[in-house]
Amino acid sequence: MSKEELLKKRYRAEKRFKFYGLTSVILAILFVLFLVNVIFSKGKGAFSRTTISVEVDFNTEKLEIKNNPTNEEIQDTDFYDLSIESLLNVYKTKGLKEEKDLIRIFSPDYEFEIKNFIIENKGFLNKTTIIELTASDDIDQLNKGNYPRHLPEERRRISDFQLLIYDKLVEDNKIQKTFNTFLFTNGDSRDPELAGVGGSLLGSFFTIIVTLLLSFPIAILASIYLEEFAPKNRITDFIEININNLAAVPSIVFGLLGLGILLGTFDFPRSTPLVAGITLALMTLPRIIIPCRASLKAVPPSIREGALAVGASKVQSVTHHVVPLAIPGTLSGTIIGLAQALGETAPLILIGMVAFVVDLPSSPVDPSASLPVQVYLWSEQAERGFVEKTSATIMILLTFLITMNAFAVYLRQKFERRWS
Amino acid sequence: MTNNKVKIKTEKLDVFYGQKQALKNVNLEIFNREVTALIGPSGCGKSTYIRCINRMNDVIETCKISGSIKIDGQEINNKQIDVVRLRERIGMVFQKPNPFPKSIYDNVAYGPQIHGLADHKDKLDQIVQTSLKKSALWEEVKDRLDEPGTSLSGGQQQRLCIARAISVNPEVILMDEPCSALDPIATAKIEELMEELKKTFTIVIVTHSMAQAVRVSQRTGFFHLGNLIEVDTTDKMFKNPNNKMTQDYITGRFG
Ligand SMILES: Nc1ncnc2c1ncn2[C@@H]1O[C@H](COP(=O)(O)OP(=O)(O)OP(=O)(O)O)[C@@H](O)[C@H]1O
Ligand SMILES: [Mg+2]
Repeated sequence: MSKEELLKKRYRAEKRFKFYGLTSVILAILFVLFLVNVIFSKGKGAFSRTTISVEVDFNTEKLEIKNNPTNEEIQDTDFYDLSIESLLNVYKTKGLKEEKDLIRIFSPDYEFEIKNFIIENKGFLNKTTIIELTASDDIDQLNKGNYPRHLPEERRRISDFQLLIYDKLVEDNKIQKTFNTFLFTNGDSRDPELAGVGGSLLGSFFTIIVTLLLSFPIAILASIYLEEFAPKNRITDFIEININNLAAVPSIVFGLLGLGILLGTFDFPRSTPLVAGITLALMTLPRIIIPCRASLKAVPPSIREGALAVGASKVQSVTHHVVPLAIPGTLSGTIIGLAQALGETAPLILIGMVAFVVDLPSSPVDPSASLPVQVYLWSEQAERGFVEKTSATIMILLTFLITMNAFAVYLRQKFERRWS
Repeated sequence: MTNNKVKIKTEKLDVFYGQKQALKNVNLEIFNREVTALIGPSGCGKSTYIRCINRMNDVIETCKISGSIKIDGQEINNKQIDVVRLRERIGMVFQKPNPFPKSIYDNVAYGPQIHGLADHKDKLDQIVQTSLKKSALWEEVKDRLDEPGTSLSGGQQQRLCIARAISVNPEVILMDEPCSALDPIATAKIEELMEELKKTFTIVIVTHSMAQAVRVSQRTGFFHLGNLIEVDTTDKMFKNPNNKMTQDYITGRFG
């Protein structure tokens, strides 16, 4: 082969290589876009909520309540009759069946919603006003265009009469679409239109706090000791190998550990962020120690020697010089470790965080769900409302994970230092 | 020699890095208020030798030192000695400049701070200024003391490290090729500094420049393959060495 041909061949090989590389990158991006698109198009509905305008007459005499009631007094009052009366005013009905149908277009929490409205707006006592009440899941889906209203009546849950009401309400502009704050403030519920990730958000938050408080200090101290102070011998080699092994142990094993020891032996409260946090801390520890040690190792020995040579003690050289240089790497390692813990599902299922919890947890020892487990729980439900909520929860979870990872990358780049 | 008092004395000093012996039975006396130059081909153990004096080899796990190292008659090669105190008394400038990735000011102020040499800010400012002046760096950095020390050029970094070493007023200063990255003007200033420092301190300098050894030192030691071949006054060493190898090395016939 002549020199010319050889050169051409080399250029061709280079072009081919670039082409392969570019194709892989484009493929990867397409997959991600596809995934995001699927999740987004499925989940975006969950961010809006359908409401129906209802006229309510807060007549104190009918309610059998004083004129200036306290919150507790309102709380103790029976609003059921008033609620039913107001709902039935929405459309003319004949007979019990039609009445039932009419009431079923509302979410079952109507009495609670009306009561809450008047507690927050006492000025409307003895007045008639319009309140936006949450529509039932089926009406919500119908309004979002997801409901198969053209099926024959016996094959759908919305009756013809309800469709009639719905169409009339739409005509009268009494159906509204608002931003779904319930998604963020409510706990889990059997009714998809009322279910929210509020409880699991708090649960995940408490869990991560417990994990952080336990794993971060232990991991930092352990890595500093191992990297800077421990003699290099068989014992420390053994520890090092086992830290690496632990980082590779499947997370479900840590779940079993939590189940057996924390719940079994120590009788910690089941389904709580405390237990979840401890379990995940055990799982996260080695995953934080490894990057911590790596960033300590990356500090050049000449910096340590420089400090020692002016008479700094070992501890001073470590705390004044080595640790500050290792902090960005340490923090980004910690954040990535916590992000992994945040998305972890299997160990939480084992320690009972799959319980159905309606109340929002107010401390790490209250039973609660967590975001990934919520995804798991809702993904098993058949209702269309839960399907979109599953995707919405994934979106929320991904938002947190991406934010945390972006922060880790930012820390690394901002504080990355070069030394001579 | 007028002030013929031994400051540092090593006897039967053997140093091993793992299996490899870097120094073999080195017996050397370093005199007070003198500059002692250590010369020899690359890899002969000069750095190893001066790193024994401030026990800097402790940080190398594989390094084993046996023999006696005495400073002012006190044995320092044993477990009882407080190395932190020792290193406060014996400053060191490394072969490769290693400023802290902190501001120029903090680089120099660090030593005085940890040893409590300055009880207020003015005193500290003053120490920083005099140290930087002595190391011939002040004029170049006085307007940017808060910039990182690592942003300086290699030669400036080396002078910053010299300033850092003298800021704590050590009794002995060990310098490992302090001028290898410096231009002739800065080199002249450092040599002036040594001239000044040796009035009160003891200096050990490793150098590859015969001319520098002649200019600054009163005594010279010649190392070869871990052995101390010959040590004598600089005058004698360069005019009329006893050993043939010394003769060959200083006249540039090998090494
Ligand atoms: N940390 C270490 N681990 C193992 N061997 C080392 C170490 N430091 C130095 N040595 C070896 O010890 C011997 C002496 O090294 P030393 O650094 O003292 O030489 P030197 O005289 O200072 O050379 P140069 O003039 O090139 O700086 C060399 O053979 C070197 O390979
Ligand atoms: Mg050397």
